[in-house]
Amino acid sequence: MPAEHLLGIEGLPLPRIQRLLARAAQFQSHPPPRYLAGKRLLLLFYESSTRTRTSFEVAARRLGAETVSVTAASSSIEKGESLLDTVYTLRAMVIDAIVVRHASSGAPQLVADHVDIPVLNAGDGMHEHPTQALLDGFTILRHRPQIAGLRVAIIGDILHSRVARSNLLLLTRLGAHVRLCGPRTLLPPEFAAYGPQVSLVYDVEQALADADVVMVLRIQMERMRESFFPSEAEYVARYSVTRERLRAARPDALVMHPGPMIRGVEITADVADSPQSVIREQVENGVLIRMAALAELVGGVA
Amino acid sequence: MTLILKGGRLFDPARQLDLVGDLVVEDDRIRSLGPDIAAASPGVLDCAGLVVAPGFIDLHVHLREPGFEYKETIETGTQAAAAGGFTAVCAMPNTNPVNDNAGATAYLLQRARELGHARVYPVGAITEASKGERLAALGAMCQAGAVAFSDDGRPVMNAQMLRRALEYASMFDRPVVEHAEDLHLAANGSMHAGPTALRLGLRGISSASEATMVARDLLLAEETGAHLHIAHLSTAASVRLLRDAKSRGVRASAEVTPHHFTLCDQDMVAYDANFKMNPPLRSAADRDALVAALADGTLDAIATDHAPHAPHEKQQEFDRAPFGILGLETALPLALRLVHSGRLSLARMVDAFSSAPARLFHLPGARLEPGAPADLTVFDPYREWTYDPAQARSKSRNSPFAGARMRGRAVFTIVGGRLVWQAP
Repeated sequence: MPAEHLLGIEGLPLPRIQRLLARAAQFQSHPPPRYLAGKRLLLLFYESSTRTRTSFEVAARRLGAETVSVTAASSSIEKGESLLDTVYTLRAMVIDAIVVRHASSGAPQLVADHVDIPVLNAGDGMHEHPTQALLDGFTILRHRPQIAGLRVAIIGDILHSRVARSNLLLLTRLGAHVRLCGPRTLLPPEFAAYGPQVSLVYDVEQALADADVVMVLRIQMERMRESFFPSEAEYVARYSVTRERLRAARPDALVMHPGPMIRGVEITADVADSPQSVIREQVENGVLIRMAALAELVGGVA
Repeated sequence: MTLILKGGRLFDPARQLDLVGDLVVEDDRIRSLGPDIAAASPGVLDCAGLVVAPGFIDLHVHLREPGFEYKETIETGTQAAAAGGFTAVCAMPNTNPVNDNAGATAYLLQRARELGHARVYPVGAITEASKGERLAALGAMCQAGAVAFSDDGRPVMNAQMLRRALEYASMFDRPVVEHAEDLHLAANGSMHAGPTALRLGLRGISSASEATMVARDLLLAEETGAHLHIAHLSTAASVRLLRDAKSRGVRASAEVTPHHFTLCDQDMVAYDANFKMNPPLRSAADRDALVAALADGTLDAIATDHAPHAPHEKQQEFDRAPFGILGLETALPLALRLVHSGRLSLARMVDAFSSAPARLFHLPGARLEPGAPADLTVFDPYREWTYDPAQARSKSRNSPFAGARMRGRAVFTIVGGRLVWQAP
């Protein structure tokens, strides 16, 4: 039987999403047994990451698994070996599951198509970051009874963001209305094809109006060099989420950020540190969601 | 040596020929043809129920030799051509070294004469090493046998350079074949820019990246009066521009590939690099516009852009995998799909495979008449089979049509009076 994977929110059945969210909640109140005792998890990170890699590592160890980390800089990847050859080599060293992060969209899919063990996508290019979306959904549910009917604003570089895509899929599936906001160069109109619950706005005040949840995304400075927008100053002036702008949102709106966060650019420090901010909770919840995913896919917990 | 094709449908739409009869080949030429002129006897090719057409010519093939023999060779590439019903192929110059001089052109022709199962017509580079910086030795290559010029794989980004190439090549009446793509707009994309690329998180190659170059090139063709041929035209916008230019008498022509008139971006199996080629599979609306333009003759010829790559090159991250797919052995049945569904006449299809390419690149053959070279494609329009790249003659396997049910197949391919392919 082919292994089950977690490659994206797309194609993930709603009952599985709900089960993962419920299991993470259960793990929060009742620390789970060592479901992964004796298992070995490969963390294959072709792209640098602090938060996600550590989070998977902590999650795996809490469940009793051993982890092996391979990062781009430390490996044969640098010497030009192909992704599949690297995977075949490491697979031969008795690995029970692979967590992949890669700058190329679809790389985890390629790995999954060629191995007989579970593959978890820890972020691929501009495609998906499913555990991030799940932990974001989980975090919202810690503060709201349900996601259906919520107005969620996602602000920043939507075009290049796998976090935006996965959240877009997850939140609309769970019944939220999602407003995407950013400069037109980073928010192409094709995003409307995601469905009627998605709207595109180019004005940040409009995006924030009556929002229940505000997700802020990082702006990568190389985008400025590629002239997606004129300058950091202009981006800050038009799109930075500030205390004043946040007043347009609901008073109890949750402020989220998947990190890494650049204070003073896409978000001001006072917003990031305000009582409405759940940014640190997101990090804590990441471990719970990844534990839930690993328990199901690798530990065989039904 | 005599070869007799008995009882086939002798079909050459460019000469208004369509009758059931026999065709007699003597040595490398057609001796005679007509109803019931030869007796049935052993050694005669029974063509009952088959279409006997002028030999198919593929204007756009990557034979990969020299330099990339692990992908394809002149021998395997022309075997694949023969198996697909092609009696001749035009070989693109992006080999290693690039065919940008008379020596390389002559070498290719000599190798093809030794090893070729189909005729090979070299296409020389427009610029040295196809770098776009200095004109290549167009005159010398022409003398050595180059039939056209192209930097295929990349566009001539410098408009002044293209203009000079058009002017210079026009002295020899050779077309300049442009891979129309604005590299800035293409922005290192790996599939067509649209909702599918957005969903898959792949950088898109916009339709405008092709059409803006087509517009530029057509203006230059108009101003110079030279013959511009647009390779693998793929968008509705380019079709509109070409149609308009042709209506005003601009000397412009274009080819379309079977994959572009068959598939669209939504048909892509996610991240399967066997669906990755340049130009990419476009939208369904683009695809439909290509079918209509092929049917009405705006798109002159069908060419495959046969681009073999080794499995290890295609089994990579999608954005790292090279562009290109096989085409020679699937072109005919894919074109016949359009015929069977009533969107393309058999006459236009045969013209687009044979007479039109011969006319555009001034090539011999491609006519059913006494005295013409005996280059013939004999096909069964209804024969059913399944395409399996593992059984293909090409050295490579990179096709999105693996496992596809096909209807129609080349049964005999005859080049210069020699039977080079007989379907199993």
